[in-house]
Amino acid sequence: MRIKINGRFQDIKDISDLQELIRIKGLSGKAIVIEHNHNIIPKDKWNEVMLEEGDTVEIVSFVGGG
Amino acid sequence: MSDILRIADRSFDSRLFVGTGKFPDKRVIGDVIKACGCQMVTVALRRVDEKSDDENILDYIPSDCIIMINTSGARNADEAIRIARLARAMGCGRWIKIEVIPDNKYLLPDNVETLKATETLVSEGFILLAYMNPDLIIARALAKAGAAAVMPLGAPIGSGRGFKTKEIVKIMVNELDVPVIVDAGLGSPADAAACMELGCDAVLVNTAIAISKDPVMEAKAFDFAVNAGRTHYILSGSALPAPRAACASSPLTGFLRDGNKV
Repeated sequence: MRIKINGRFQDIKDISDLQELIRIKGLSGKAIVIEHNHNIIPKDKWNEVMLEEGDTVEIVSFVGGG
Repeated sequence: MSDILRIADRSFDSRLFVGTGKFPDKRVIGDVIKACGCQMVTVALRRVDEKSDDENILDYIPSDCIIMINTSGARNADEAIRIARLARAMGCGRWIKIEVIPDNKYLLPDNVETLKATETLVSEGFILLAYMNPDLIIARALAKAGAAAVMPLGAPIGSGRGFKTKEIVKIMVNELDVPVIVDAGLGSPADAAACMELGCDAVLVNTAIAISKDPVMEAKAFDFAVNAGRTHYILSGSALPAPRAACASSPLTGFLRDGNKV
């Protein structure tokens, strides 16, 4: 399944929901926010959002800035 | 001498706001903030870097500081609104510094798109400070739209050119009811003092502190300067005389509206 993660298409295998995607990416426990197909998904709903071919996922966090 | 800055529902003892970008070593940020007594700190939002082990920038910011997220990277109102909503979902409160920059060379903000974003975000409950090109008419519109403060630039971001917009900012200080906070381009403590002597309510400094060879001492120097400038302003009023009012060069009669002279 190809989904677009942070602007780049990636082949994702054996992952069904956002929660798993975050775990596989090693981002569990980090301060992040996820947007799935332009909708912000609260953390407690990550396991309810099923990924489908062509989905767009943005994963953001804070960085230093002025 | 009690001299509290109020923005929205918060009070600030310190009139120096600090940005957290460009620090070669992020671990120094906590000491910088403590050294200057800063109570308002800005951060940015970006796509996460999966390969980086960078710690959370918030780990370096004392918990009693207000975190204000900027919308840097936004090129229009819609992008700024999207970033603001993502920022709020991070759970750091409602403070947002709206920053809409379509110009990559001088990083000058788009005041029209900034106003559009302000109207939407204020209606969604954000406490919004608006980074802007100094302009009295747009600043009035931003205040009317509910901006908690306006942030005219002193010079292009990161340029260190100093307080180049003094005359227009002074007019804004004289005429506006919302706080005026000079943001961007201040290169030295003297620049910050000049802003405060003029009657600005606060300054935001990032690059000049971050790239100093001793950011902690530099932050202290800026704090001294802000306090010095502010104290002088309180004691003696503005260091500059009020700008001269304009004197029309075109006739002030015969306008295409009712109620004026022919």
